[in-house]
Order: sequence, then structure tokens, then C-alpha cells
Amino acid sequence: MQHGKYRFIVGFLAAPLTIYGLFVIWPFIQSIYYSFTDWSGLSPEFKMVGFKNFTRMLEDDVFWKSFQHSVMLVVLLPLVTLTLALFFAFMLNVGGRRRKGAAIAGVRGSSFYKVVYFFPQVLSIAIVALLFQFAYNPNSGALNSGLKLIGLDNVQPNWLGDPDLALWCVFAVLVWSTVGFFVVLFSAGMASIPRDYYEAALLDGANRITTFFRITLPLLWDTVQSGWAYMGILALGAESFAVVQIMTVGPNGGGPDYSTTVLPLYVYQKAFRDGQAAYATTIGVALLVVTLLFVAIVMKLGRRERLEY
Amino acid sequence: MKTTDTPPVDPAEDVPPVAKTSEVPAPPAKATEGTFLNVFSHGMLILWAFMVVLPLLWAVMTSFKTDRDIFSSPWALPDSLHFENWSRAWTEANMSDYFLNTVIVVGCSLVGTMLLGSMAAYVLARFDFPGNRFIYFLFIGGMSFPIILALVPLFYVMQNLSLLNTLPGLILVYIGYSLPFTVFFMTAFFRTLPTTVAEAAFVDGASHTRTFFQVMLPMAKPGLISISIFNFLGQWNQYMLPTVLNTEPDRKVLTQGLVQLAVSQGYKGDWSGLFAGLVMAMLPVLAAYIVFQRQVVQGLTAGALK
Repeated sequence: MQHGKYRFIVGFLAAPLTIYGLFVIWPFIQSIYYSFTDWSGLSPEFKMVGFKNFTRMLEDDVFWKSFQHSVMLVVLLPLVTLTLALFFAFMLNVGGRRRKGAAIAGVRGSSFYKVVYFFPQVLSIAIVALLFQFAYNPNSGALNSGLKLIGLDNVQPNWLGDPDLALWCVFAVLVWSTVGFFVVLFSAGMASIPRDYYEAALLDGANRITTFFRITLPLLWDTVQSGWAYMGILALGAESFAVVQIMTVGPNGGGPDYSTTVLPLYVYQKAFRDGQAAYATTIGVALLVVTLLFVAIVMKLGRRERLEY
Repeated sequence: MKTTDTPPVDPAEDVPPVAKTSEVPAPPAKATEGTFLNVFSHGMLILWAFMVVLPLLWAVMTSFKTDRDIFSSPWALPDSLHFENWSRAWTEANMSDYFLNTVIVVGCSLVGTMLLGSMAAYVLARFDFPGNRFIYFLFIGGMSFPIILALVPLFYVMQNLSLLNTLPGLILVYIGYSLPFTVFFMTAFFRTLPTTVAEAAFVDGASHTRTFFQVMLPMAKPGLISISIFNFLGQWNQYMLPTVLNTEPDRKVLTQGLVQLAVSQGYKGDWSGLFAGLVMAMLPVLAAYIVFQRQVVQGLTAGALK
């Protein structure tokens, strides 16, 4: 029986662990090792070079630009997205006209809004990026011709072609594609807060803004915190890579004068465009450090006494 | 306020008990605040709904226009519905191939992910053995690591195994990168299931394997559905992994194919075909979402609410 148990455990874990180990864990370990070599990726030969890649990275202007952009995204994107989402979710659940007998009421048609807001979440970020790339087109895109339609002929920004604007265009697309998910997520959380709490607060004369900060937000805090971590990982990872690589100009993206380049894109360009695999993994290690620091900060800042209800 | 006669989810919104109405007075000052807020919140909500829908409708509209109209009057309705854009995208722009590749890759990797993920999760959730915690954290650690870091060496691992630019290779990689979340979620789910049923099956002489497939998996169905939807959308919409690991033109998946199409428009100039392709890729997913709304929302938010 005991023997059978272990055979079963090994049998069930063998295949998943092999695939996971080979395609996920092993490359991660290798990439940290490679960051200390001069491997080009093109030939199998390489030698150890110590911290040379790291010192080179610290003097690399493009790295610092990518770093700044990634840090900007990881700080601002969760802030803007979660604030907007909390606002919309609160409006949906508590912003309605007060009906007789109900302390709080959602707006009419709240389920319709939730369905519509969720649309971008089911679309591929690649499709979203392509769509907006065309909308931002300075000559015949939806935005500039829309501005012309309302009579703003002389306000015709170059959007993605303008080094000062390009990163904000990317930012807007990321906000557009993620807010809906959090609206739905927070709505579900708000719906589970007992109505008694709102009734009690109203009896004590609280208005809705006080209600939001004193009741809704504290009781929703766990969800907000995990949403924050999730959003930050997304801002540092595949989503920002896809949007910047697809939308912004330049060979393989990166924007005019490196104005939109982000860390994951720079890793990709160094490894697969410039044949500097070892240096690419070094930048990747920097990205890993930023990601882990971010998660640690969110966990620390977000720690509050857990409220049971 | 916690009285037993108050139902937990208040269905009595329209017919409130008399006692309650007197408990919640609505002074006139509050009423104006409520009206203002109501107008304001509706306004903001409609504005955002508009901003979400508008780009999508614009894409659908553009896919039916001629190239000239797209550039000369981007906001005008099409003069007639140019369905030939769609057929051109489907055949000449290889959308049919991209669809087929995506269906093959996602179909196989979804089945693989669910099977292997729930096997691992079941063992980790229900059996005590040395290394259990280590393996569990090894799996969930993969959730917060930046994937791009692993992709550089992975490219060469795949090359050495002759899996680079092949669909089976891509399938295995999709499975690998979907496992962390699947294992995390299913482990939590298996822990919530009662142990007595499995014990009874075991006492009746079923082997561990049989207990898993015939008793535990059917019981875990709600969790399996949620996480399948989550994985399906993630794999169907995947862009970064195929961009790095699958660059062979005939084997591209939908997202890559569309980006390829957009890049080649620089000299071909078939923008209407591109929009037809984009809408073609968007519609099935949106349609499926509208039909299976509740399950999709549950599946995608399941992880964050845990």
C-alpha cells in the first residue's frame, strides 16, 4: 500500500515536472549563468567574464531609458488602472438612485456595463495593439480624423511618432485593455460586502465618499492588493512587450529615439536582433530584480490587518 | 442590524418591510446628493462604455470599406459592404492557415495543461511526501518571474531538441508556462473537496489512479471549467512565446500572423484586408464570451479572488 502510494506520486508528477523543469526552470537557471559569460548565442563557444556585462549595463544609455520606462509603467499603470476600476465599480454598485428601503443601490443596467467593460480582456493584446496603432496613425487614423471632424484641424499630434507622446499612447492602450477586468473583479468583491454595513453607515450620516473610504476600500483591500501585484507584473512583462513591439515605430519597436523602449523589449532586441545573448540575459536579470522588488514592496505596503466579515 | 429575519442577500428591494423603511430615513439634502451622483455616475459609466466599444465598432466598419475610403474618410460608413476584403484575408493573406495552426496548438496544449496540471495538483494537495512543499513552491514561483528572461536560453534549448519552429515544440512550451497558475489554482481546489469520497472509493478497491480519474476529476469539474477558460484565453491570445520560438511563416499562429500582415502592408497596401483579418480574429472570441459570459468572468477572476 505504501509502496503503491509512492509509485502513484512519482507516476503523476513525472510528466508535469519534466516539462516544467525543462522548458521553464532550466532556462531560468541557465540565463542567470549566461549573464556572467560573453556568449553571443550564435556560436556554442563562450567564456566566463565575471561582472563585465553588469558594468557595461550600468553605462548603457538605452538600458537606462528602458529601465526608466519600465519603472514608470510599474508605478503609474497599477495606480491609474486600479483607481479608475475602483471608481467605476463603486459607481456600478453604490452609485445608483436611492430606492425606498434599500440603503445602497447599483445603477440601472449595471450588468450591461460589466459585460461591455470586459470586452478588451478577452482580446489578444496583439490585436488591441494593432487596432490602436492604426487609430493613432497621424494622417488617416481614427483619432486625428476624429479631431478634424469636431473642428480641431490644427490639433493633429503625431502620436506614436512624437518622442514626448509615444510612451503615453502606449500607456493609454494598456489602461484601456485592463480597466474592465478590475471593474468586474472589484464589483464581485463589493457585492459580497454585507449591506448592513452600508445601512449602519448611512444611519450615522455618512455620505458616499466617506462610505467608500471607510467601508468599501478597507473590506476590499485584499483584492486590491493582489490586483496591484498582478497589474505590476503585467506592466513589466509580456503585455508591455507586445504593445511596445507592435505599436511603436523603429526596427522591432522601441519608438522614436528609444522613447518607448521597455526592459522586456530590450532583452528581446539584444538577444534576437543583435546576437548578444549573454548581455540580453544580464538585462533580464535586472528585470527580475525589479519585478521581485516590486512584489516585495506591494506585499509590505499592502499588509494590513485582515478584516473578517 | 443583524437580525435573523433579514435575508442575507436582500431580494426585498421592491417590497421592503415596513419597519425597515422607517429605519433608513432619506433627508432632503441626501436626496439631492443622490440625484447628482446618479447623473454623474451614469455619465462616467456611459463614457467609458463608449470608449470601449467605439474602437471595436470602428474596426468592424473599416473592414467593410475599400482602401481608398479608409484613408480619405476614416469615420464615414462604408459605401457598400465589401465582403471581398474578408475572403481576400481568409485565402490570400493566409488567415485560414493561421486559424488552423492556432486551433491545433491551443487544442493540444489546453488538454495537456489540464491533464498534467490537475495530476500534479492532486498529488500535491492530497499526499504527504518529502519534497511536497518544495515542488509546490517551485511551481507557483513561476508565476511572478519575467518570462522573457527564460526565453533567451529556451530558444537554444528548443533548437538543440529540434523543437524550434515546430508546433509540437510550441505546444510543450505553452503547457510548461501554463502549469504554474493551473497547479496553484487546482491544488487549492482539490483541498476544498471532501476526503471521504476518495477514501470510500479506495476502500472499495479502486487504485489511486482510478480514484483520481473516476471520482476526483468529476468532482473537480467546476474548478476545471474555470481554469480551462482561463488557460484557453491565455493560450489563444499568446503573443510573446510564438514571436520568439515559432518564426516559420507557415506555422505562425493568429496573433503573429496578424502582426506579420500589418508589417507587410507597408508595401502591399491591403489595409482593408488587414482589418478584415483583425475582426475575423476578434469576433469568435467576443461571441464566445457573450454566450458563456458568466463562466468566462468566473474563470478569469477566479485566481485573483482566491
